[in-house]
Amino acid sequence: MVSNTDTKANNLMKKKLLIFALIMFVFGFALVPFYEKFCEVTGVNNLLQPDVRVKENRVDEARWITVELDANTRGLPWQFKPLQSSVKIHPGEPVDVMYEITNNSDREINGQAIPSYSPRNLEKYLKKFECFCFTKQVLKPNETRQMPVQFVIEPDLPPEIHTVTISYTFFELPDGASAIRK
Amino acid sequence: MAAVHGDAHSHGHDDHHPSGIMRWVTTTNHKDIGTMYLWFSFTMFLVGGFLAMGIRAELYQPGIQILEPELFNQFTTLHGLIMVFGAIMPAFVGFANWQVPMMIGAPDMAFARMNNWSFWLLPVAATLLVSSFFVPGGAAAGGWTFYPPLSVQGGLGVDLMIFSVHILGASSIMGSINIITTILNMRAPGMTLMKMPMFVWTWLITAYLLVLVMPVLAGTVTMLLTDRHFGTSFFNAAGGGDPVLFQHVFWFFGHPEVYIMILPAFGIVSEIIPTFSRKPLFGYSSMVYATASIAILSCVVWAHHMFTAGMPTVGQLFFMYATMLIAVPTGVKVFNWTATMWQGSMTFETPMLFSIGFIFLFVLGGFSGVICAIVPIDIQVQDTYYVIAHFHYVLVSGALFALFAGAYYWIPKWSGRMYNETLGKWHFWLSMFFFNLTFFVQHFLGLAGMPRRIPDYNLQFADFNMVSSIGAFGFGLTQLLFLYIMISCIRSGEKAPQKPWDGATTLEWTHLPSPAPYHSFEKPPVVN
Repeated sequence: MVSNTDTKANNLMKKKLLIFALIMFVFGFALVPFYEKFCEVTGVNNLLQPDVRVKENRVDEARWITVELDANTRGLPWQFKPLQSSVKIHPGEPVDVMYEITNNSDREINGQAIPSYSPRNLEKYLKKFECFCFTKQVLKPNETRQMPVQFVIEPDLPPEIHTVTISYTFFELPDGASAIRK
Repeated sequence: MAAVHGDAHSHGHDDHHPSGIMRWVTTTNHKDIGTMYLWFSFTMFLVGGFLAMGIRAELYQPGIQILEPELFNQFTTLHGLIMVFGAIMPAFVGFANWQVPMMIGAPDMAFARMNNWSFWLLPVAATLLVSSFFVPGGAAAGGWTFYPPLSVQGGLGVDLMIFSVHILGASSIMGSINIITTILNMRAPGMTLMKMPMFVWTWLITAYLLVLVMPVLAGTVTMLLTDRHFGTSFFNAAGGGDPVLFQHVFWFFGHPEVYIMILPAFGIVSEIIPTFSRKPLFGYSSMVYATASIAILSCVVWAHHMFTAGMPTVGQLFFMYATMLIAVPTGVKVFNWTATMWQGSMTFETPMLFSIGFIFLFVLGGFSGVICAIVPIDIQVQDTYYVIAHFHYVLVSGALFALFAGAYYWIPKWSGRMYNETLGKWHFWLSMFFFNLTFFVQHFLGLAGMPRRIPDYNLQFADFNMVSSIGAFGFGLTQLLFLYIMISCIRSGEKAPQKPWDGATTLEWTHLPSPAPYHSFEKPPVVN
């Protein structure tokens, strides 16, 4: 159209920039696995960090801690309860507790639990070796399942803490959704 | 702000274009599109401003008077989104459309039809965004940064916002592809990169930043959308996703975004200060390198928005130092502007006043930025009015003042008429006074602990909030004066000479009459 407009060069440039934009779009999605890997390698996100059992367990037998177990459901017709509402333990001692879910509805439902702890910062001292949270649970109509939780509360828990609460909330997982651990 | 091209045909061009509304819908002329961008952004500025007035009216005194908390949150959210994506960004693209071809001696933008398309996406996006107030559940209310879980849980308004951001992103990407290609491929013979006006340089770098981060934002809102409707769990904690991941991805876009909104402002000011100091820009090449350094650094500082979200100390330290490092190239720029004025024969017309006001207040906003960058202080002021004060100092007295400066500076070239200098000066001084009345006290409110995005507050904050609200009403009204000045300039201003500013040196002043003809530089000028 005009003297210093080189349409060919312009279109080439446009193509390159569009491809670059497309790469950046994909890069946005690539940040997700990258972030998870980064957190796993550096141990930044302790939700993604598996706990390992320490061989020499130091058990503080002089101390008693009450662990209250709590269970909730949000928006799915399941019954969810711990088989014991609380346990008294020594810090450093491995503990096994059992939770139970029942699907009261007449359809198959996928659910997943997320944990919540109290007091604040308890997760620093709580090591779980076996847990059902972040794992997809598929329950057929009227099916019941018992799920164990194995954990240790480390002896360096601040001395002023005598009671802790471990709480789980089950959410419905829509079909096709992937849990963080299969 | 807009130009009248009614007499465009009289320049003897033989190509006919439709008249009336179809002229604007189908236009591929960079000047028409620039004009539409500017009017669009000013309209959105008024809409966003209306929301700001609502926020300040509610905060005028403690208690809930006007806006219920849900609606208040919608106001703060949409105020942010509209001002960032609807007002400031399109305004700078409008400037780029008008000025880039004229300043590099190109006949038009590289892709004229794509240019039309990237403008006309904007009203669609804006309609989606504004109409979300009227859907069940109201507009998005989780803040302009739309963090999950709120943005995963919200209603239809959030979906409208997501689509709107998609469209705005597409528009920005097309716009910046156009600008990059125009600048790199269509400069007049003899205009090497290092001879380009600073405004063109800053836009070149801004456009690269846009192509870099806008697609990431598009990806982020896409993930949000699939989390909401298609069962994925990128950010949805109930499905094992991580809301903190959203913050990382969002701010990977969001921090370069704030430089996208300020670099063209630096460019405008770098044109105006030399003109009214009647001296060439001091340290031109250091200015170019400073702009590039700011752009590069802006991509590695995002997590300073997230110091309280949970991060290892080493991460906090890295992002803190990287953020503070940005003060160095920014300091180079401020030094260069000051040195340009040094011993210049300065005059203080409205563009110059706004530019000096820009430097003064932007430096204040920059300082509070360095303060926010310091981790222990940031943990204290996170989500308080201190942060609100900080970013309004860089976005209102930074980006917006530079836009005003640019509008006054170039309106004679665009419309062929002069604005009313006395009223322009009134506009500046009233803006200056009311702006500081509004936002300076917010530093104190923030340091005292007043949280942002809350419609009610403790009695101890009452006096400063009243002062701030009065300032905001004054600032809002003052902008109507700007509208009046621009309209009366376009309709009945005095005829402007080709070069009303005797210190101006760029091509649009030296080679083109006022108003700039509808088609300019069809034969490229030769630059020595």
